[in-house]
Amino acid sequence: MILVTVGTDLPFDRMVRVIDAWAAETGRRDVFAQIGEGGWQPRHIPYAEFLSPPEFAAKFAAARVIISHAGMGTILTALHNGKPILVMPKKASLGEHRNEHQTATARRMSEIGGVNVAYDETELRQWLDRLDALQQPKTIGGSASEGLIQGLRGFIHRNAGAPHGR
Amino acid sequence: MTTRPTRPKVLAISSGGGHWVQLLRLRPAFAGCEVVYATVREGYRGDVEGAEFRLIPDSNRWNKLALLRCAVAVFSLLLGERPDVIITTGAAPGYFAVRIGKWLGARVVWVDSVANAEELSLSGQKAGSFVDLWLTQWPHLAGKGGPQCFGSVL
Repeated sequence: MILVTVGTDLPFDRMVRVIDAWAAETGRRDVFAQIGEGGWQPRHIPYAEFLSPPEFAAKFAAARVIISHAGMGTILTALHNGKPILVMPKKASLGEHRNEHQTATARRMSEIGGVNVAYDETELRQWLDRLDALQQPKTIGGSASEGLIQGLRGFIHRNAGAPHGR
Repeated sequence: MTTRPTRPKVLAISSGGGHWVQLLRLRPAFAGCEVVYATVREGYRGDVEGAEFRLIPDSNRWNKLALLRCAVAVFSLLLGERPDVIITTGAAPGYFAVRIGKWLGARVVWVDSVANAEELSLSGQKAGSFVDLWLTQWPHLAGKGGPQCFGSVL
């Protein structure tokens, strides 16, 4: 199963339309899309505006490939679960997000996490036609890096009034 | 009695989606603390099963009324819980929590989302002027006059 997700924020019609057209052309029936509130409704693949966290977890577990906006929630979940992931950055210039950070996120994560990126609709379509070539993710553990955990722990347990931080 | 009187009370708060996923990845840092989690979707309760969980209304900076509602809810949450330490991964609810919490005397931490790889979030930039610990997850964004970097949720 291929799980498509646009995240909990705004819809991402530009991505969903390409996947719907691809499913129609190729007859793929094993695709499910979470499209966001008021998102464009695909005609050839089952979808839901939102999934409850347990529903999302179940779909995620069943998925062989994740196709997503370049949101860190989905990326972290994919890396943690060892699922190949293809992301397409939302663009604020097209009203898909509130700022342009997703393009940078996608580029950084492709460099360090084994995250595959389609920067536009053409690249997305090219990837869809060769999903088997997706790079495997760099699997991560269940929590943040030791440095971040220790740093926060140190801060929390320092006595009130002690010098800290900056 | 063997209870330690110094078990700090931590409020871990964020909005939904990636902010919440990142907050959950900080959990080992809260070992030995009394922790209260606060976020914007009831469905996330199961992610911290057994822990204290509080629901707050969501908001973003494009909806002023929702922002106000969120700020009021966070204020009331802080008055009720009186945490020693507040840790947030953003966005708007977390900003309100550290802003108001600082004013109420808590020690507060801003962990800027790992999604902000080129510049800090707007809330993160603003939080820098008053938080006790100001963190980015990208070493190239850390430095003098800016946030520190201890590591990342990856």
